[in-house]
Amino acid sequence: MLDATPRKLVEVRDLKMHFPIYAGILRKRVGEVKAVDGVSFDIFAGETLGLVGESGCGKSTCGRAILRLYDITDGSVKIDGAEIGDTPQGGLRKMRPTMQMVFQDPQASLNPRMTVEAIIGEPLMEHTDLSRDKRRDRVHELMDAVGLNRTFSNRYPHEFSGGQRQRIGIARALALNPKFIVCDEPIAALDVSIQAQVVNLLEDLQEKFDLTYLFISHDLSMVRHIADRVAVMYLGKVVELSPREALYAEPLHPYTKALLSAVPEPDPDMTTEDRVILQGDVPSPSNPPQGCNFCTRCPAVMDICHREDPEFREVQPGRFVACHHYNQTAGDTAASEDNKSIQQGETT
Amino acid sequence: MLNYTIRRLMFTIPVLLFISFIIFLLLDLAPNDPTGNLPMTIPPEVREKIRESLGLGQPIHVRYFKWCVQFFVNEPLNIIDQMFGTCTWGCEDRLRVQSWATRSPVVDLIVERMPQTLWVVGMSYVVGILIAIPIGVISAYRQYSWFDQAGTFVSMVGFSVPTFFTGVLMIVIFSVMIPTDSWFWFPSIYDTTHKVTDLASFGFQIRQMAMPVFVLALYNAAQISRFMRASMLDNLNQDYVRTARAKGMRERVVLLVHVLRNSLIPVVTVIALGVPQVFGGAIITEQVFKVNGLGQLLIIGIQGADIPLVQTLTFIFAVLIVLFNLIADILYGILDPRIRYD
Repeated sequence: MLDATPRKLVEVRDLKMHFPIYAGILRKRVGEVKAVDGVSFDIFAGETLGLVGESGCGKSTCGRAILRLYDITDGSVKIDGAEIGDTPQGGLRKMRPTMQMVFQDPQASLNPRMTVEAIIGEPLMEHTDLSRDKRRDRVHELMDAVGLNRTFSNRYPHEFSGGQRQRIGIARALALNPKFIVCDEPIAALDVSIQAQVVNLLEDLQEKFDLTYLFISHDLSMVRHIADRVAVMYLGKVVELSPREALYAEPLHPYTKALLSAVPEPDPDMTTEDRVILQGDVPSPSNPPQGCNFCTRCPAVMDICHREDPEFREVQPGRFVACHHYNQTAGDTAASEDNKSIQQGETT
Repeated sequence: MLNYTIRRLMFTIPVLLFISFIIFLLLDLAPNDPTGNLPMTIPPEVREKIRESLGLGQPIHVRYFKWCVQFFVNEPLNIIDQMFGTCTWGCEDRLRVQSWATRSPVVDLIVERMPQTLWVVGMSYVVGILIAIPIGVISAYRQYSWFDQAGTFVSMVGFSVPTFFTGVLMIVIFSVMIPTDSWFWFPSIYDTTHKVTDLASFGFQIRQMAMPVFVLALYNAAQISRFMRASMLDNLNQDYVRTARAKGMRERVVLLVHVLRNSLIPVVTVIALGVPQVFGGAIITEQVFKVNGLGQLLIIGIQGADIPLVQTLTFIFAVLIVLFNLIADILYGILDPRIRYD
């Protein structure tokens, strides 16, 4: 092999997605919801990066912002070597075949007035010049690939079950041979037996088509199953990014510890006394606390946490944490310097 | 779908019979008198004679039954005879629904008045829809932009200012204040006898239609553009729109193929439900511009207590309303694949 370190397919640097809040009679801009506030990570070709966090922490926004389904506030997103952070939406259209998304709600994300064939075939019509028959063949091929019966191609989305609809959504995403797929909680709306099917399908397809996933989920056990590395988000920031085994075996960030300790334990004999129960609510993303975002709820909070935002840095090989506990030089480096000097991946 | 339509059509028969009976009762209870417009010098016993000759002396159920026979049996037979030139059973002395005021068959009166109403009111509906849909689409797509604010203001005006005000205002501006020889002058009275023979007369027809059509179109467009905007806004925030964008579709395709088609479903049914009003004529606007359409016919009938005329006209409106309700339901089923009737 030429390069021992795998190729970076996606590079996200200091991504910010702020939504303005308007209020008052004249609808003046009074503030902004910092849904994603300075997120940096890489995704290597062929891997699955799990993105976990509680509801409202900005996971989905982050996934959409990476694909530029929003006009991002700041930062850079490089996919397959091409910078798309500041490309206008018109120019982005031609790059859409490389990057696709599987959406959370399989019912709402399919146009109710289009047949399955039209839904899957539409991107082919837009981005390729296949003939009608070739297009139909390709649609049937894709339906085979995701395990849908070809004879269903003239049916409408509402005639399918939830799992089948998600398969349609996956087939649609695959239509243009993408390299990178953002799976935005693809299994959250499905019941457990179907969840396993869909996750296994995603894994099979990854192997078959050499795909790279960003797998967004709040289901920690499912992420453990599918992801190679896991990023934990809290209030618009990534607090920890680690290889899967290391993260689940020994979480570093206090929030990750709390999150993992909240996973239900099926064995009643196991002690649950060392569970970390977080107090209070998540602060509003429109008004995050000063210093570390987690300082209001952190069980191991220190003085410095209220003053300075911890730097997101590599504390062990391949493991990145944003926490003052692992940041001995935090007092020296200014808080504004955070996230700038990260060159993750090169040291792995 | 066919079974559903047939079942619904069968249900409409008792509904319409019931409606016709209610209308008949209402008109009978109304305190107006067909001899009320006659000179005061006619003595009361003569008036009573006139009433009896009109059939008012009979009990109400007999009169209702007679109207039913005339309207449901004799009129259709008459239409068949006229269409094929035949003479079915009893065509010489068949009793048709007669107007008391004009002594001519009511259906002939309606056929006479229909073209004016369909041209003026129908055209205003079409123009209103054609204006409303683009306004609704753009207003929703650029929500809170100056275009949306202006559209909201105009439709609020169109909604809240009655047609008898806008109509008279138009007449004052375009027929009175503007000199007659100006290109911007429009006639305030609709001339029914005007015949379109060449380009110049066609131009005049357009000019005389312009003001009533505009006044009514403003009113219709105000309503429909609001519906269109609301429906577009509903759909613009749907997940499937984001999916379409993620597919890399052109913005035009996203808007016109994905969003507009879905948004049109409720709007089309609203439009279908509004069609009976077109046939009903815009009573006030027709009065303002002297368009002698169905609305004006109804007003004259009510003023003269011409009960057969009012009864027949009102009943035809009822039929149209019931029918277009059914059409709206069926359209919904055709347009939205999620809805199935069987």
